[in-house]
Parts: sequence; C-alpha cells; structure tokens
Amino acid sequence: MTATLFLEQTLNGIQFGLMLFLLAAGLTLVFGIMDMINLAHGSLYMIGAYLMASLAQATGSFWAALPLALVATALVGAALEVTILRRLYERDHMTQVLATFSLILIANEVVRIIWGSQPIMLSGPAGLTGPVELPGGIQYASYRLAIIGIGLLVAVLLYLLVAKTRVGMLVRAGASNREMAVAMGVNIRRLFTIVFAIGAALCGLAGAMLGPILAVQVGMGENILILAFVVIVIGGIGSIRGAFVGALLVGLVDTMGRALLPMVFQSLFPPMVASNLGPSVSSIMIYVLMAAVLFFRPQGLFPARG
Amino acid sequence: MKAALFALALAIVFPLAMQAIDQTFYIGFGARVLIYAMAAASLNLVLGYGGMVSFGHAAFFGAGAYVAGILAVEGVRSAWLAWPAAVAVAALAALVIGAMSLRTRGVYFIMITLAFAQMMYYVFVSLKEYGGDDGLSMPGRSTGLGLDLRNEIAWYYVVLVLLVAVLYLLHRIIQSRFGRVIGAIRENETRAAAIGYPVYGYKLACFVISGAIAGLAGALIANQSSYVGPGLLHWVQSGTLMIMVILGGVGRFWGGPIGAVVLLTLEEALSGSEWLGAYALHWQLPVGVILLAIVLFAPQGIAGLLARRRHA
Amino acid sequence: MLEIKELTKHFGGVVAVDRVSLSVKAGEVHALIGPNGAGKTTLIAQVSGSLPADAGEILFQGHSVTQQPQHMRVKAGLARSYQITSIFRRFSVLENLALAVQARSGSSLSFWRPVAEEKALFEEAAQLASLVGLQDKKEHLAMTLAHGDQRALEVGLALATHPKLVLLDEPMAGMGPEESQRMIALIERIREQVTVLLVEHDMDAVFRLAERISVLVNGRIVASGAPQEIRANAEVKRAYLGDEVVAR
Repeated sequence: MTATLFLEQTLNGIQFGLMLFLLAAGLTLVFGIMDMINLAHGSLYMIGAYLMASLAQATGSFWAALPLALVATALVGAALEVTILRRLYERDHMTQVLATFSLILIANEVVRIIWGSQPIMLSGPAGLTGPVELPGGIQYASYRLAIIGIGLLVAVLLYLLVAKTRVGMLVRAGASNREMAVAMGVNIRRLFTIVFAIGAALCGLAGAMLGPILAVQVGMGENILILAFVVIVIGGIGSIRGAFVGALLVGLVDTMGRALLPMVFQSLFPPMVASNLGPSVSSIMIYVLMAAVLFFRPQGLFPARG
Repeated sequence: MKAALFALALAIVFPLAMQAIDQTFYIGFGARVLIYAMAAASLNLVLGYGGMVSFGHAAFFGAGAYVAGILAVEGVRSAWLAWPAAVAVAALAALVIGAMSLRTRGVYFIMITLAFAQMMYYVFVSLKEYGGDDGLSMPGRSTGLGLDLRNEIAWYYVVLVLLVAVLYLLHRIIQSRFGRVIGAIRENETRAAAIGYPVYGYKLACFVISGAIAGLAGALIANQSSYVGPGLLHWVQSGTLMIMVILGGVGRFWGGPIGAVVLLTLEEALSGSEWLGAYALHWQLPVGVILLAIVLFAPQGIAGLLARRRHA
Repeated sequence: MLEIKELTKHFGGVVAVDRVSLSVKAGEVHALIGPNGAGKTTLIAQVSGSLPADAGEILFQGHSVTQQPQHMRVKAGLARSYQITSIFRRFSVLENLALAVQARSGSSLSFWRPVAEEKALFEEAAQLASLVGLQDKKEHLAMTLAHGDQRALEVGLALATHPKLVLLDEPMAGMGPEESQRMIALIERIREQVTVLLVEHDMDAVFRLAERISVLVNGRIVASGAPQEIRANAEVKRAYLGDEVVAR
C-alpha cells in the first residue's frame, strides 16, 4: 500500500462521486419536488452517452459535441416530461415504478434499433489522452482530472442556480412545501418541465463524460441508477447539498473499498477466505453505508423537509 | 369462484393439450409461468394487502433459488430437504431485512428494500465458488417426491400443486384475524396502533411470510432450468415481479397470478413472433408500450378491469 | 386512575408540554380545556403512547406506563379517540368495531380460521354499534357515513377496546348542535363504566359533563378544580375563558 496508490484511488473516488452527483442532483429534485420515482432517469444517462457518441463522430470534436449532446438530452427529457411523466405526478409510487420501468424497456430497445446491440467506443477529447504529473510526482490521467474539474464547476453552478436565482428559489420552495409553492402562484407545470430538462441535461453530461471511460452500451443506465438512488437516500431526498455529500461519500467508499479492502483482508485472513471475502464485502460497502445512515437518520443526512 | 375453477381446469389440461399437439416446449414455459405466479402472489401479500411497497422481493426469490442450487451442487438433492431449507433461509433473510427496513417509511422504505436486494445480488456475484457472475449449474432437478421430476409433465404438476396450495394458504391468511389486522394497518396505521395492535410486529410477520413463499418459488425456479444466476436477485427482477403484481391488480387476490400469466405470455408471444420478423428481437419495445398504456388507461390493473366489467 | 407528573415535550426549540402534572380520579369525567395550540393534543398523544415523553412520568392505575408502547397501554385499559376522525374508511361500521374487539380478545396471530366465522366478535361489535347509535348503519362503509356518525364511530372504536380510562380528543369537533347533544348523551351513558378525560372546546358540554376541569395554557396547567372553581378563577378568566366568553 503506497501513498501514491492511495492518492490515485482518492482522486478516482472523487471523480466517480462527482459523476454520480450529476445524476443524483436531477433525480433528487424530481423526487423531492414532484414526489415521483423516476426509474427512467438512468435511461437519460444512456441516451446522453449515445447522443454524445454520434455527435462526436459527426462533428469530429469532443468539445463541440458536448454542449450539443447536453441540449439534445435536455430536449429528450423535456419531451418525456410533457408527454408522459406529468401524467404520473398524482399517481401512487407503484404506478410510477411501473410506468418508468416500461420507459426503460422502450428506451433500451429504441437505442438498440438506432445504434445496434454492440457497445460503441467513444474517444475522449484529443488534447487529454495522456497522464499529467501532479504535485508530489503522481501520474494521473488528464481526462479524469478534467472530469473532476467539470464536476466541481457544475456543482458550483448548480449551487448558485438553486441558492441565488428565482428558479432556484421556486425549486427550494417546492421541495420543502409543495402546497405552499402552489399557493404562491408558481407555475408548477412549467417549473417541473424546466427542472426535468435540467436534470436530463445533467444526466447527459454524466453520460457524455463517462462514455470514454466506460463502454457506451444498452443497460448502462440501470446499475448506475441504483447508485444514484442510494446517493439521494443517504443525502436526504430533495436536498442538492445532500446529493453532493452523498455522491462523494458513495464514490469514495465504493472506489476505496474495492481498491483497499481486498488488501486488508489478505493481511487478515488466509488467501482462500480473503479472495472470496474481499470482493463481496467491498461490493456491498455502499449498501452497508446506506443502511447505517438510514438506521441512525431515517430521513437521510440533510432532510429537505423540516 | 367459477372463474378460479375454470382457470384451474385450464391449468390442469394445459400440459396434456400441449403434448397432444406435440408442443411439449410449452409445458416448461407453463411451469415457469406458474412459478412466477407464486412469486408475484407472495409479493402481492406485502404490496397489496400490507401496503408495504417492497422493491427488493428478488432478494428472497433469489435466496431460495441459491439455497436449492448450492445444496444440489453440494450433493443434497432431496426436495424434502432442499425446498424447506430454501423457504427457511428466505424467511430468515426477510426477517433481517424487514426488521431494519420497516423502521423507515414511504419512499425510504422502497429504496432501502431495493438496496438490501442489491447487496445480496453483489454478494452472490462475488461468490466465485458458486459461479459468481456466470451463475451455477445444478446437476439436475431435485429428487425424492416419489416422482421423476426430469419428466416435464410430472414437474409441471408438482409446481401446479404447490401453487394451488400456496394460493389457498394466502386465501386463508387474508380472511383470517391476521389478514384483517394487516388490512387495517394498510388502511390506517395510526388507528390500528391506537386500538391496541403492535403494528411493527404485524408488518414484520407479513413481510416474513411473503419472503418465505418467495423462497419456495425461488427453489422451484432453480429446479426449472437446473441453473441459478445472480440475475435472479438483480433489481430488474424485483421490478419485474412488482410489474406483474401492478399489472394484474394490487391487493386483488388474483392480481399476482394474472400479472405473471399476462407478462410472460406477452414476452413469449412477442419474442417468438413470426410476423414481427427481425423486429421480434426487439420484443421489449411492444411490451414496454403495452405496459405504459395499461398504466395510463387501466389504473386498477387487469383484475380491476375484469371486476369492473362484471359489475357493469 | 391516571397520574401525570412533570410531563414535558419539546419540538425543536418549542416547548409544547411544559412540566404538566395532572391527576384523573377513577369514575370521574375530567375535562381538559385550553385555547388552540395550548398542547392538549400533544398531551393526549403522550399519555396514549404515540409520542414519547421527553421528561416526566405517567402512572396508570398506580403503575408507570411512561416507557410502555401504545399497544401495551391499550391492553392495560388506556384508549383514545382522535380530534381528526381516524377510522378504517374502507371497512364497514361492524368491521371497524370488530377489529377493535379482536385486538383485545384472543390472539390475532391466527392465520387460518376466517375471521368472519367468529360470531362472538361481531355480536359484540353490534352491541357497540347500538351503544354509539349506529345500529341501523352497521353494514355501511365508514367512508360513506355522515360526519356525526363518523365521530360516533370514532368514539366507538376507542370504547371497543374496553378501556378503564378513555381519552376523548374533541369528540364534538365540527358538530352541529343536534349532533353535539347525541354525543353528550353518549358520554352520559358510558360514564358509569369508564373514566373519561375529555378535551373539548364546547363549553356547554364541558360544564354539563365534567366533575373536574383542568386548564392548559401554553403547555402548562394553570388551574384544576371543580367547574364552579374554574368559572370563578381569575387567572383562567384572563388566560382563556375571558376571551371566549367575551367573544360569544
């Protein structure tokens, strides 16, 4: 166990956590304001990645394609909200699960029909292929560093949006007390569509940025969706700050657990036991974390509702 | 009652009819539908009758399957041992998961049950000795019921008998004192506590019964194909079971079985359909569209739709 | 019968119930009055066991029940009704009452025998329906009842547990004069068998029914005594009655 490896894994954890935050931020708002379970949120992430892959190929430039992909995903999200999802706000959670689960099936198949079943490769931006040397002599992939930078930038922008703008104020009012927001004469329908489109754009950003690291493939949204749910439940549903803290916690615990726990087990147990125990324990770390948080704070770390 | 007897008669005749027209493949399909009917009915007990929206039912289904699978690989092939063991382990898992999850409510309950199921999923994925990601092939179906379960027709009838027994049990439970209390808690938890019921204990008992039945269904699904994979515990599996219940009708007695029959038949018909041609590969698309249409236009599920027609 | 000592409840920084001490004697109708927000409903919730006490003690028939869960208190004979009607809306009147009877007669961990076969449960439920004046509406779904009938069922559910002490939280809430008279008559009928702690805003009813009255203001008991003493108490007049009497 070297300090270098430790630092590298910490950076990986932060990078993963920030991408989870992009997914969780939109999800927690939809959840908190509209009291709606949206399983199709992961599909927007997948669609974002595919759109990015096509646009990057068409434009020949990663950075040119990125904003286009964001706008396109936001439009898909808004269209989804206007046509289908808004009919579900008043329904119970089970109905929302069924409807958005159907949307996953539909999205997966539509993507298969358009892009085929094979995973497609998305290459990162041309300038950011090699490693950079960080202070302390650590070599770290420059692209991953860029992801961290963009993730932090978006977090700051989102904070400013929620804390300082009119839309943000309405969002906060809606998350803590929906009836009051309605009573204040807020145009809830339009607000919901805007929130949904922003959430979709953030999904698209996460998909586009993670595309070059992970494979762009059908079903990529399903597993990360559950992680995003874990994040918002840990953070407290409806809270952007909670989503940020929760995402970093989950990113770090998951990454560090996978990297470090097997080593810890190897030093503690005989090899046979360690090789079985290491992976299983490290893969459930975040669920243990979530259960522990809920055990002590059933409303999550930063409950949005008083 | 008449409809139930008719369905039973249909289920009894089904394998014989399939054999007569030389479509024995569908006997296995029929058994799979019956097993999922059992799993969905068990979920409906917590979801519909108990009002607890559990999104982690695959945990108990998968646990039962893995108990049967692991025991078979380790040489315990008797159904008399393996199936009760599967039920017991699933019930124990439900006891532990339920005891912790039932402290939360609403959306948090949905999410924490989901998380526990994912936890079990990853545990089995990383169990390299028992197949890990690839799953576990069993040496064959269970033995010991005095029947050769490799025979598809015998197997089908064993599953049918168990399903009927489980449904009868559920029917009795729902009509019993216990069932009444569960219904009352769903209806008004605060008041149920105020007239003297320890609601947490009743909810937990309901959760455990449901998990135990799911464990039996799991043991059967493992035997069905002599294979267990971690996919049985994946959250999409929990989602599928939930969809069967919602599709059939939440809190309606036949909701689970109807949902299982409809969803699996739909899948089977569309994925094997000739008129869809090359598009049969994309059978999930029409399934998704149909499900969505049902949500938007038949909010009470299929059982609700049937009941409404009968009253009209 | 009931002895409350220094009972306290905080919500965040707000003290809802502030070192309340109160005693209810066996056989009496004891009224608890006070302006809105005085902490009456919080106090009821603490005594019945749905809200934990931050400090203080609750003695019921000489035993401390402070740490007991709600269902144990109900078993011991301490039941409540709600200010905001809380019934099993999709159950019939008879089923509502039978459910409450079932809670105290035999185990409900019975999974096999259909409850509909248990004649004794439903006979007793029918008697209770007659007691609260719903004998002609036994088969009606609770949600279809008129407001006054729902309030009667609300009280009936509490009585069905065979309490020794029943906490009635504003049983006349939202009632017209005629319905109020029915409720007063009902309380007159049951007072022989059961001790009543009555929270009520209807002062006519309070002074007709109560043998003793306690006044809760800002989470504190400011006076406790016979009705004529309370009427004469200057502090009560100033803090509470005065306003209302003037307002009438």
